Amino acid sequence: MKLNLRLKIGITILAVFTLSSVFLPFFTNVDPSEQGTYFRNIPMSWKHPLGTNSLGQDIFWFLIFAIRNSLLLGVAVSLCTVFISLIVGLSAGYIGGWFDRAVMLFTDSLIAIPTFPILIVLGTLVRGRTNFVILGLILVIFGWAWNARMVRSMALSIREREFISTARFSGASTLDIILKEVFPYVYAYMVVGFINSILFVINTEAALAIIGLSKVEIPTLGSIIFWALNYSAMFVGQYTWIVAPVVATVLLFLGLFLTSTGYNELFAARRGHS
Amino acid sequence: MGLIQYLAGKIVTYLLVLFIGITITFLLPRWMPGDPIEGYLAQITTQAGQTLTPEAMEELRQTLAELYGLEGSLLSQYFGYLKRVFLTFDFGPSLASFPRPVSEFIATALPWTLGLLGTSTLLAGISGNLIGLLAGFFHNRGFATVLEVIGVVLYPIPYYILALVLILLFAYIWPVFPLSTTIRPGPLTLDKICTIIRNSVLPALTLILAGFGWNILGMKALAYSTKQEDFVAFARLKGVDPWTIMISYVSRNAILPQVTALALSMGGIFNGALLTEMLFSYPGLGLLMRTAIGGGDYNILYGTITMSIIAVATAALVIDLLYPLFDPRIRYR
Amino acid sequence: MIKLNNIVASYTTVRGQVTAVDGVNLQVPSGYIVGIAGESGCGKTTLLRVLYGDVRFPLALERGSVQYDFCDDNGQVVTSDNIRGYWFKRISYIPQTSMNSLNPVIRIRKQFVDFRHSKKEKAEVLAEVRAYVKDLGLPPEAIDAYPHQLSGGMRQRVMVAMATFFKPDIILADEPTTALDVVVQKGILLLLMNLQEQMKNTIFLVTHDMGVHYQIAHKMLIMYAAKAVEFGDSGAVFEESLHPYTRMLIESLPTVGGDRMRQGVRGRPPSLWDDLHGCRFAPRCPLATELCRVEEPALKEYRPGHFTACHYVESS
Repeated sequence: MKLNLRLKIGITILAVFTLSSVFLPFFTNVDPSEQGTYFRNIPMSWKHPLGTNSLGQDIFWFLIFAIRNSLLLGVAVSLCTVFISLIVGLSAGYIGGWFDRAVMLFTDSLIAIPTFPILIVLGTLVRGRTNFVILGLILVIFGWAWNARMVRSMALSIREREFISTARFSGASTLDIILKEVFPYVYAYMVVGFINSILFVINTEAALAIIGLSKVEIPTLGSIIFWALNYSAMFVGQYTWIVAPVVATVLLFLGLFLTSTGYNELFAARRGHS
Repeated sequence: MGLIQYLAGKIVTYLLVLFIGITITFLLPRWMPGDPIEGYLAQITTQAGQTLTPEAMEELRQTLAELYGLEGSLLSQYFGYLKRVFLTFDFGPSLASFPRPVSEFIATALPWTLGLLGTSTLLAGISGNLIGLLAGFFHNRGFATVLEVIGVVLYPIPYYILALVLILLFAYIWPVFPLSTTIRPGPLTLDKICTIIRNSVLPALTLILAGFGWNILGMKALAYSTKQEDFVAFARLKGVDPWTIMISYVSRNAILPQVTALALSMGGIFNGALLTEMLFSYPGLGLLMRTAIGGGDYNILYGTITMSIIAVATAALVIDLLYPLFDPRIRYR
Repeated sequence: MIKLNNIVASYTTVRGQVTAVDGVNLQVPSGYIVGIAGESGCGKTTLLRVLYGDVRFPLALERGSVQYDFCDDNGQVVTSDNIRGYWFKRISYIPQTSMNSLNPVIRIRKQFVDFRHSKKEKAEVLAEVRAYVKDLGLPPEAIDAYPHQLSGGMRQRVMVAMATFFKPDIILADEPTTALDVVVQKGILLLLMNLQEQMKNTIFLVTHDMGVHYQIAHKMLIMYAAKAVEFGDSGAVFEESLHPYTRMLIESLPTVGGDRMRQGVRGRPPSLWDDLHGCRFAPRCPLATELCRVEEPALKEYRPGHFTACHYVESS
């Protein structure tokens, strides 16, 4: 399978992030979210690759755990949203008729409605009493709509092809068709939808965290920025504190995006478009 | 389907979306764990530093319940809510600045948000689509790849990162623009206009950059695929000159899906605008929400959500209604 | 006389170069409808592109040239080198997919004037266009419409109108009736015939549908595997074919009242990727001998105006 450049770069970035966030934490037994572990505002050095911040936390380890938590949240929520959108989209696409129209109206409303203000209100209401799980749940509720629409259009096109195929074949071959033609098609859409969903989740969680509506004690990419802003990292010259998560976020998102579009390109080429 | 049917369909969808959206905002506080009234009362008492007598508490609770519209059955509350919102835009009084009505706050903040959104979407749209068109039409040349890379790099960057980077670069390292907005109320003098512009540049730039990447990538792909169409090939064979092909044939067809995509993405753009306003303390709905969060002013929050939904749905509707101007296939038969 | 001088044209693909037209050497008299027939992949569309001068990557004219039957302003005969300047002025093209060949968002009248073919004012040109299309069976309102408002047949008539309005010397038509139903097909074909009769120009008509050729072609060129295998008056080519491939093609046509089982042409054309020696039709030819497999037959004139490339013309 010849991978195109985008895919190569994207997967490399993602691999670096995933592997380091999964394996590196085993090398430390300090909880980076604990404050006052170290002296404050130590500049970059071998012991503290990115220095420490005004709360006495090691920035590097905080960042690693942050990436891990963000990715964990992203993957967990995305698995749920992909599952839900599969059910909704497939059923709408296959059943059709008024059911399809009703479901799509509801889905389109969720897509059209700006979810951020709603999330803000929810965040304010449960502030302090929230935990990561509830946050994840909320993100699932608002995240499945976009993917469901994609699944539905895919289901519609499959239905058309199936129509033609089953007219020509019969019996066991239909199963063959489903496995060999339909499934890879579905799979590709799902992978792209999954990756985009991760992007959405990490993005939204970070956006909420920055304004302080997430559980900011848990290290995530957003919460680092929250604390950095709160402690005016820029004013006190604590550049690493604010720059490191920014760079990390940009790279991570770039990796996700490149993987998503690279995979899309690859699969489109194999399908025979160009 | 005819033009009338198209327009009617869009308007019906609009009303339904509004309906669903408003219903969600109505149900939100009633579903959430915790009683917002109790939460507010607790907040008042701790802030005021004194305890009210049980009678006074009860009275306050009653007033709040009435204001929240929590009296009566759920259904009557619902209709009352709908009536208040749609007919009078009455979202109740602000809790933190009692008894000033929420609608007053929103009326002051909304123009700022709309202005920011409008100008930045326009600028991002014009520049991004133009560049995307060039990149897609001349996709063989070197500069097309460069432009595409710019688009690819810009597109996944979230709004808050863009905002932070801009703040870092232009408000801190090279302090050209202010860190947070300070627009004093007053008459509209030339000086004030300059202040407004000066304060708006960075937030607008954030939104423009975010939309820029999206527009470039989208338009490039569309321009490229439109270029493969049969009618473009035939135009070339007729001897039509390349610039006319690019403008009359490629761009006028490629822009159609872009317009549709813009309508769908209004929600996302609005989200980004709110977040940007919060980070820059720009006096729009975003800042209003942020202050409301801090003060626990739920009424303002609900009012802002409702207003956001209405704004986004209306913007999308306007775009949908303008679409037939671009596509004669919808306009005629 | 339109001279095709040893044309060799090839495509550059990911798998390498493939020669789609391999040495076509022909002199075509002007003023006729010339049908070009052959199986898919025989090179007829490529030949048409070379004739039009639409040669750009990945297509390349490796050797040879075309000499046209008209001259430029200096009196020099126009050749493949400068034919581009005469697009839709003295040579025009009717493309295959007329369904999608018109810009859907611009009115048809604009598409008549966005290629500069005359020095006159646009309004003047449009008035002439409106008068002209009436003769082609189009209502004058069609010009002001958008393409999607017209039926397929009307759209094809618009294409024919565009291609003939300025009275070109040569018209190239690539499968002009394939996407249309039979009744509309007949209308377009009659239209082309009438126009050619009036203008007395040359029409090159490419289609795999032998029935269409039978109806309107004056001369026929049969192509096989990038080679020209027969050329002559269509009457002669149809009734007294010289090449075995042509005979097989004709025999596959249905006839009214015929109850004979149709004979298809068995086998497939050779792959143009392979190294080809000798007569390319040999693997499928009932008359093939060792000579055929080794030596390629040249296109020779066996009867006046009737050419073929076969070693065994006499024995058939």
